Amino acid sequence: MAGEHLAALRAGDRHAMVTERRTLLADSSNQMRLLIIEDDRESADYLVKAFREVGHVAELASDGEEGLSLADGGDYDVLVIDRMLPKRDGLSVIGSLRDKGNRTPALILSALGQVDDRIKGLRAGGDDYLPKPYAFAELLARVEVLSRRHGGPAEDTVYRVGDLELDRLSHRVARGADELTLQPREFRLLEYLMKHAGQVVTRTMLLENVWDYHFDPQTNVIDVHISRLRSKIDKGFERPLLHTIRGAGYMIRDGVR
Amino acid sequence: MTAFGKLFRTTAFRLTLVYLLLFALFAASLLGYFAWNTRRLITDQITATVGEEIGLLSDVFNRRGLRGLVFAIENRALRPGSNLYLVTTPAGLAVAGNVGSLQPGVMATTGWTETAYRRLDEQDKTDHRALVNVTELSNGFRLLIGRDLEERHRIFAIVASAAQWSVLIVVILGLGGGIFVARRVLHRIDAMTGTTQRIMAGDLSGRLVVGRSGDELDRLAENLNAMLERIEALMMGLKEVSDNIAHDLKTPLTRLRNRAEEALAKSSNESEYRAALERTIEESDGLIRTFNALLMIARAESGQARDNMADFDAAEVAQGIQELYEPLAEDNGLVLGVQAEPAPLHGNRELISQALANLVENAIKYGQPRPAAQPLGADTAVVTAEADKTILIEARREGDRIILGVIDHGSGIPEADRTHAIERFVRLEASRTLPGSGLGLSLASAVATLHGGDLTLSDAQPGLRATLSIPARTGEGLAAPTPDVQQNGA
Repeated sequence: MAGEHLAALRAGDRHAMVTERRTLLADSSNQMRLLIIEDDRESADYLVKAFREVGHVAELASDGEEGLSLADGGDYDVLVIDRMLPKRDGLSVIGSLRDKGNRTPALILSALGQVDDRIKGLRAGGDDYLPKPYAFAELLARVEVLSRRHGGPAEDTVYRVGDLELDRLSHRVARGADELTLQPREFRLLEYLMKHAGQVVTRTMLLENVWDYHFDPQTNVIDVHISRLRSKIDKGFERPLLHTIRGAGYMIRDGVR
Repeated sequence: MTAFGKLFRTTAFRLTLVYLLLFALFAASLLGYFAWNTRRLITDQITATVGEEIGLLSDVFNRRGLRGLVFAIENRALRPGSNLYLVTTPAGLAVAGNVGSLQPGVMATTGWTETAYRRLDEQDKTDHRALVNVTELSNGFRLLIGRDLEERHRIFAIVASAAQWSVLIVVILGLGGGIFVARRVLHRIDAMTGTTQRIMAGDLSGRLVVGRSGDELDRLAENLNAMLERIEALMMGLKEVSDNIAHDLKTPLTRLRNRAEEALAKSSNESEYRAALERTIEESDGLIRTFNALLMIARAESGQARDNMADFDAAEVAQGIQELYEPLAEDNGLVLGVQAEPAPLHGNRELISQALANLVENAIKYGQPRPAAQPLGADTAVVTAEADKTILIEARREGDRIILGVIDHGSGIPEADRTHAIERFVRLEASRTLPGSGLGLSLASAVATLHGGDLTLSDAQPGLRATLSIPARTGEGLAAPTPDVQQNGA
């Protein structure tokens, strides 16, 4: 169920997103090496092209066996695996990799979008699950978060973005000299955003990770939470930190850098 | 012959054959046992009387010598139907008695022997059999005393013929009964088969005839009828769904196609193309959402989502949903409150959350207080004005049921429309202008049904009270929710 409501990826937004992403990548040299295991030629080509467009390196395998041997040999940041593949099922590819001690983050793409299928996918060793059809922005955001998890720094106790500081132990949030009072849920929302600072976080990701819901609200319920949070951390400050990425989601980042 | 073949293949008839064999064996062994015991009894009697006579005659011999013995034997041997007597010299010559001939060697062995013999007075006739005892007297003479076994043979023959007859009667009665029972059962099964074949041919409204006896076949027929009832309801549901899908997916698909065609024909610059593509993507997102909701409803209704059932507290779900939607409600000028008491539940937490979320979204969408709806006294107007803005989520236990309700004070749904509102794709007149798939209440209702409960809509005076009523979790053994395809209206 999750994921589709974000699919409002308008052509114009896509263009803006690509440009923005390019600048971002040039800045932080956050380029990823991806392996896409997908048997449908057209979607596979689309994915490879789209990932390359935003500056990542994407390789392609068109069946389970090929995917397994490539993933096993190559040094990838993230694997994007279709669940139903010829020769070898997507879940079994992940299973064999994990058995061999390969812990490369894997995102499962599946036409089976139901909650129990998702749970099955995660149990099989997948790190994230995205039902088809999906918006590319959603996939990109999720893949980037996974990649950061793979090679990123250990979990810090204090997150800092610009002059915004969040202490995960004492639950203290401050911007510059000002102490901010957040509701518990606002704190968790900010914590998740700051954990993935500099990365796009989609509404579905927020709903899944902050609220632990996997359904698809018909309303803009997440946006309202974000605007509340924004009024607390950005209102009255010169530089906004919490940005809306059109057609994708949100990102917390020090705008000046 | 085929009729008999069919009869023979029935379970009832085969069972009859097995029982028949068992009964025949039983009768035969009973009679055999009887015969054997009778024979033993007679033999015992013979040995007892003969033994007694041996004692008596030995006594005579001891007291009066050979002469006395011979005298006594001649005396006894003349009585009709008497025992057999024979006294021989050490050389084997007969001295006294009524035995004409014996099998050779009988006199040589002392103790009990069964032998063929002829009496002296029946020389011309055939051999008889007798049980004899030979004792050696002190001077080398031998004394034989025996008894005819004719009686034993006669009784044995009677028993044997009784055995034959009784087995024959058992077989005849058994076969007859078997054929009768099998034909009766076969007749009823044939009737059932006929009905099921008609049903398979497409007439889903057909039902099996249920007799009045309440026997196993009637129970089977009742169960099959219940199953057919369910299948028919599911089929109807499926048909309804596919009709609705056809209608509600084809409409936006047509729009989608028209837009694309129009853009292709009329757009002259990039921005126009872009705008058309944007609308296309939006439209397809809406389609995907509708499709997902439909799939979810179908899964809930068919009971497939039972895999992920767990124990949880519905009060936490209510609080979580309140927390998620509270800012949205506030943005819409409403207050979202929650009243939650512990409400233990066994179910699919995700689905229950979504069902409640749908009800809350509806309440936020349609729960705006009516602007000028206070024709009554000023006092009530003041009181209701405050209450009007509140949407309340409640979670509590009521007896053995869990109540998860959402109460708003908006315009509500007229009583006549309430049942209708739960149906798929129904968007009441008042809501046509607002976005939505028209599936929210259907999904909530399907989720309730999956958990063995129902969704009811009632009047909150003013406004709408939407209530999910679901059986509470009771200890370890939760009563299995009975799947019921009916969607309960108000």
